[in-house]
Amino acid sequence: MNVHVQGCTVATDGTPKPVRRESGQREVFCGLTGIVWLHRKIQDAFFLVVGSRTCAHLIQSAAGVMIFAEPRFATAIMEEKDLAGLNDANDELDRIVAQLLARRPDIRLLFLVGSCPSEVIKLDLSRAALRLSQKFSPAVRILNYSGSGIETTFTQGEDACLASLVPAAPPPTRTSEDQLLIVGSLADVVEDQFIRLFDALGIGRVQFLPPRKAMALPAIGPNTRFLLAQPFLSDTARALEDRGATRLAAPFPLGVEGTTAWLRAASDSFGVAPALFEKVTQNHRVRAERALVRYRDQLGGRRIFLFPDSQLEIPLARFLSRELSMQLVEVGTPYLHREHLAEELRLLPDDVVLSEGQDVDLQLDRCRAARPDLVVCGLGLANPLEAEGMTTKWSIELVFTPIQGYEQAADLAELFARPLVRRAKLVA
Amino acid sequence: MQLTVWTYEGPPHVGAMRVATGMEGLHYVLHAPQGDTYADLLFTMIERRDRRPPVTYTTFSARDLGGDTAELFKTAAQNAYDRFKPQAMLVGASCTGSLIQDDPGGLARALDLPVPVVAVDLPAYQRKENWGAAETFYQLVRMLAGPSAPAPGTPRPQRAAGVRARCNLLGPTALGFRHRDDVAEIASLLAKLGIDVNVTAPMGATPADIARLGEADFNVVLYPEIAGQAASWLQRTFGQPFTKNVPIGVSATRAFVEEVARLAGVDASATLASDSTRLPWYSRSVDSTYLTGKRVFIFGDATHAVAAARIASDELGFKVVGLGTYSREFGREIRDAAKRYDVEPLITDDYLEVEAKVAELQPELVLGTQMERHIAKRLGVPCAVISAPVHVQDFPARYAPQMGFEGANVIFDTWVHPLMMGLEEHLLAMFKDDFEFKDGAVPSHLGAAHGAGDAGKPAQPVQMPIAVPEAGAIWAPDAEKELYKIPFFVRGKARRNTERFANENGVATITIETLYDAKAHYAR
Repeated sequence: MNVHVQGCTVATDGTPKPVRRESGQREVFCGLTGIVWLHRKIQDAFFLVVGSRTCAHLIQSAAGVMIFAEPRFATAIMEEKDLAGLNDANDELDRIVAQLLARRPDIRLLFLVGSCPSEVIKLDLSRAALRLSQKFSPAVRILNYSGSGIETTFTQGEDACLASLVPAAPPPTRTSEDQLLIVGSLADVVEDQFIRLFDALGIGRVQFLPPRKAMALPAIGPNTRFLLAQPFLSDTARALEDRGATRLAAPFPLGVEGTTAWLRAASDSFGVAPALFEKVTQNHRVRAERALVRYRDQLGGRRIFLFPDSQLEIPLARFLSRELSMQLVEVGTPYLHREHLAEELRLLPDDVVLSEGQDVDLQLDRCRAARPDLVVCGLGLANPLEAEGMTTKWSIELVFTPIQGYEQAADLAELFARPLVRRAKLVA
Repeated sequence: MQLTVWTYEGPPHVGAMRVATGMEGLHYVLHAPQGDTYADLLFTMIERRDRRPPVTYTTFSARDLGGDTAELFKTAAQNAYDRFKPQAMLVGASCTGSLIQDDPGGLARALDLPVPVVAVDLPAYQRKENWGAAETFYQLVRMLAGPSAPAPGTPRPQRAAGVRARCNLLGPTALGFRHRDDVAEIASLLAKLGIDVNVTAPMGATPADIARLGEADFNVVLYPEIAGQAASWLQRTFGQPFTKNVPIGVSATRAFVEEVARLAGVDASATLASDSTRLPWYSRSVDSTYLTGKRVFIFGDATHAVAAARIASDELGFKVVGLGTYSREFGREIRDAAKRYDVEPLITDDYLEVEAKVAELQPELVLGTQMERHIAKRLGVPCAVISAPVHVQDFPARYAPQMGFEGANVIFDTWVHPLMMGLEEHLLAMFKDDFEFKDGAVPSHLGAAHGAGDAGKPAQPVQMPIAVPEAGAIWAPDAEKELYKIPFFVRGKARRNTERFANENGVATITIETLYDAKAHYAR
């Protein structure tokens, strides 16, 4: 397949970092996978995928190990007659949504989630969402986004979902002051920590997207400034900017350095005195750095190879190299948003090998040739690589674990240390 | 469209993958969009395989749709051949791949690869996983064994005197429910009878092995849903008879032993006389008396559901109150069995319909699939798994067949385990208001935290007895609240660590800060 290595000038301190662009076989999830954590984050929402049996099978293979008394996602499986145009797709959708809402009257927000089959046959779910919203409002709001594999990779499903929420958010009241909005799904405990920190910094009411309840959408307007908590939110950022909101450029809140810079971006923007910033963050910084020491001993100097998965790879690589002294062999990402990651790229070592996209067999060849100490990869590759004698850290866990903020810095380091500790422990 | 909360089967190309992954030396090139590689996880995680499945996906994305997706497929197929050098190739499309109509079969033929290429056309919007596996296996057998077929009408040559009978074991695949141990159990049973296994397929077979299928005297069909079609073709083409009894349960295993003995011309009386299963005695012992007439609902693939009904009714003394399958192709088998137990057969792949039926019948035990676990949790009914679809916990490390005499032992333990034990059941009937053993509570041998019966109630934080710390540091309310944000399985440890830290450092009131100081101090 085609490999272009080109000196893309990523804005860094003068040294362009080349990015290897690969196309070929990709071993990644589609955006539908976002449903697996979004259904927990927004508790009164329901996700209805319009797709094929493959889509239904994907979600239940991921989430079906948990036993649900009340499922919060389902698939409207298209059949032969839907494809042949014998059924009016809109009538079918109306019937299914009515059936679903009758069964689950507690649903407040329903997402119609597009898939590869629905996109390929150009089924217009946005109009269906509009029509159904009129029918079921005010009890239920119905929105649409696409989680198809042809358009989205893994965490981009969350991006598409949040971007669909933005137009539904209320306008700000005229007298309202500037608001800080934190964008991206965070663990509840991490959200609470950030609320306390912003509170201590004197930054007023902080809001979150997504909210924990569908009906509690934050107001968005020209007085909204937002911080991205996750690196994969390009469409959401654009939708927010279209409503007049301003993005605060910052690295992502992973590790001590990332969290400090992220908080500082908000503090500077809201005119917090540097002395206050120091005072509020100092104990947290010292404590987190102290907790990181043991992991630096375990991980320092180890060589790590990251396969593309979630777009978290670049911030993670920055944390691993700068705060834990790991050596980066290759940092793969499914998609590189140069503007949102500019602050991160600046902090990476100058000789870093970055790759965007994937040809999985070639990338595996490079990985085997390098024999890194630790490979970060998806679950389709993890056990096979372990069987070849490599130590792996499965990457999906980084999306399902509280890793942001000061108090989680050591937890994040521990996730990478654990497979190495385990390999050293096991005798049989 | 069909509203599908849970699907009992994957799409048909997953069936084809199960055949390819079960085999050796075969590679499958699948025309599929980016993201369909999730299916690899079924094999690497759920079945815990130590190799990537032999599947190359074209993983086209939206920008490829404007271009030449056919060329993309050809490149992927050529690359897969060059890299893996398989003995044969399988080509096909996933549900989205079939919408763009690129004809993988024709494209692969145009490459003129030096190995057999089998194109499987799987109608993704009509058919499902088991059909896909059956069709794929059938096409492989036809293409690979076909060349060694005798001329039509040639009678099967008699086996020479003194040569042991040989059979093929047909049907086991990757990701099959207990296929690994069923094959071991049945192979050892056949060995006891003096019958050799010629080829086991698809599981473990190479394309060269498939070409040798015709050399066996007869076929053992372990899983009709997957091997029925191939076995019929082998019977027509090579004159090989095949078994009709599926050896799940004691009576079914005995019938199976008699059947293979007849086909192989061996004497089975010694095997039948040996007391090699404990189920009959366990089931006759007085401890099992309370199982009599327990009302059981059964659902799964047709083979496992029919077998389970027979065991439940004749070998454990339950009362079968519902029987169904999602295998529409095997509706007749279920209808015949339902007549025996005088119940209404339920033939559906609609989870909501099954849920409604269980709610209506109110059984005391559900024997079903992973999906019936959801239903049983909602309704607070004990449940055991008898059939695919299953998840990771049903690919166990221990030997756990369903078939043969050991399979019957496994089944006895598995089915009885979720039921409340006899003594507890009696005492509950007498004293309903006990503070610990409440009416409607989960059987105590399953542990108090077992989730069933709590459906519909909001999750309450699990209150733990608060250990009084020695030096008496007390928890500030907000710190206590923060503690409950920690996942419950590590909460107890966090509480103890924080209190120890507070006492060692002379902290009188535990604040949120103390909690995180301690967390950083111990850093897990």
